[in-house]
Amino acid sequence: MTSYALFLGCTIPARQSNYELSSRKALAKLGIELVDLANMTCCAPPPVQSIDLETSLAVAAYNICLAEEADLNLITLCSGCFESLSIANATLKADEQLKAKINRILSEAGKEFLGSKEVKHLLQVLVDDVGLERLKQRVSKPLSNLKVAAFYGCHVLRPSELLKFDDPERPSILENLIETLGAKSVEYRNKLKCCGGLLRGFSDDLALDLAREKLANTTKAGADCIATLCPFCFVALDLGQLQIKSKLNETFDMPVFHYSELLSLALGIDPKELALEAHKVKTDKIISKIS
Amino acid sequence: MAQKTEAPKKNVEPLKMDPSFKYEVMKEHDGETLKICFQCGSCTSSCPTARFSDSYRPRTILRLAQLGIRQKILPSPTLWLCTACFTCTDRCPQDVKVASVLRVLRNLAVKEGQTPRIFIELASNIYETGYAYKIPELRQKKRETVGLPPLPKASLDRVDRLLELAGGSKLIKSKEAQ
Repeated sequence: MTSYALFLGCTIPARQSNYELSSRKALAKLGIELVDLANMTCCAPPPVQSIDLETSLAVAAYNICLAEEADLNLITLCSGCFESLSIANATLKADEQLKAKINRILSEAGKEFLGSKEVKHLLQVLVDDVGLERLKQRVSKPLSNLKVAAFYGCHVLRPSELLKFDDPERPSILENLIETLGAKSVEYRNKLKCCGGLLRGFSDDLALDLAREKLANTTKAGADCIATLCPFCFVALDLGQLQIKSKLNETFDMPVFHYSELLSLALGIDPKELALEAHKVKTDKIISKIS
Repeated sequence: MAQKTEAPKKNVEPLKMDPSFKYEVMKEHDGETLKICFQCGSCTSSCPTARFSDSYRPRTILRLAQLGIRQKILPSPTLWLCTACFTCTDRCPQDVKVASVLRVLRNLAVKEGQTPRIFIELASNIYETGYAYKIPELRQKKRETVGLPPLPKASLDRVDRLLELAGGSKLIKSKEAQ
């Protein structure tokens, strides 16, 4: 059995039981063990990097040290956590001087960054450790009638030099995973542009402009739903639809799912076990379409 | 035909340039790539914010930084409209780490006390709870009812210490006092 230290971050436990539940249940079915480590802290995402880089590197590295001590690679469900931890991991592995500086700070907290572990996003674990072929064999309820718009968001793809997740201009991991479940992946305009999530709370109008574009383009392409892999993209596109309705008087009614939720449904997990009530845009029509 | 006369504009002052500013940027991690920007504009044309914003133009900010016109950069809220999508960095033909140069500029703005409130809030949350976004207590209690294991405790004391040592705490706390 392959084991990973689960890095949950904040947004998922704060508001998305649906993402955590579906990921835990699907991975358990696929033979991937998740270990919950104590004493994890913030991943130090871009807003924290904006305050001070070295502080953010030290905080991110602290988490990686915990995984090193447990002799486990890290798995993240959130793209923001994936990016922050991966940037810290790759930067410190490559820059001895900076590593020494950060290690001086970490030593006061009883830690040392060694650079011996990897940080992986859920999707990479599905592709690398389970494999598309094996995944396909495990699908008991193919999502055959479903047209799904893959939405990557930014923080798994870029900076590609450090993250090495997929081709940043023509990624295919998510589309392949969607089709493995028996669904059809549909193309749409400006698929790789930002969801606007990080502008929420600072420039809400701009944030909604960015989210609106994705909703308009996926609707135009005839998608039944959007598949995301990041809690920020999920909020921007799901809760965003309520805000777009009240601010711009425009209704999309486009259900947004985390990929792990579609995966769980295809693996035959009962939708009632997946806390789907966390969705702001109702998922009923999709559930009835696939059952 | 009546001659249209315009009153002469008052207070036309040239912008102050600080030739040492670019060196301040270039001594920070990834900031050194500022000097090789040749202003092609790939960053702005790829930027998701620039497509909808009237004011945010990464190329312009980089040029202002090269010229050392700091008063146009550091106090401006525009600097904080970057979504950190890193498309600019990925697509720059000169390998300028555009998003990181912009991050360096924000780090410098913070040192000058120009941090927008929401960013201070997020950073202060790490002090209080260990995380940038607060996890409501009700959520922690509800976990069990939906079948999730209890959330492991965050390591608060040590993280406080980490923030003190790395200098982040000074930057967050001094701004809170303002």
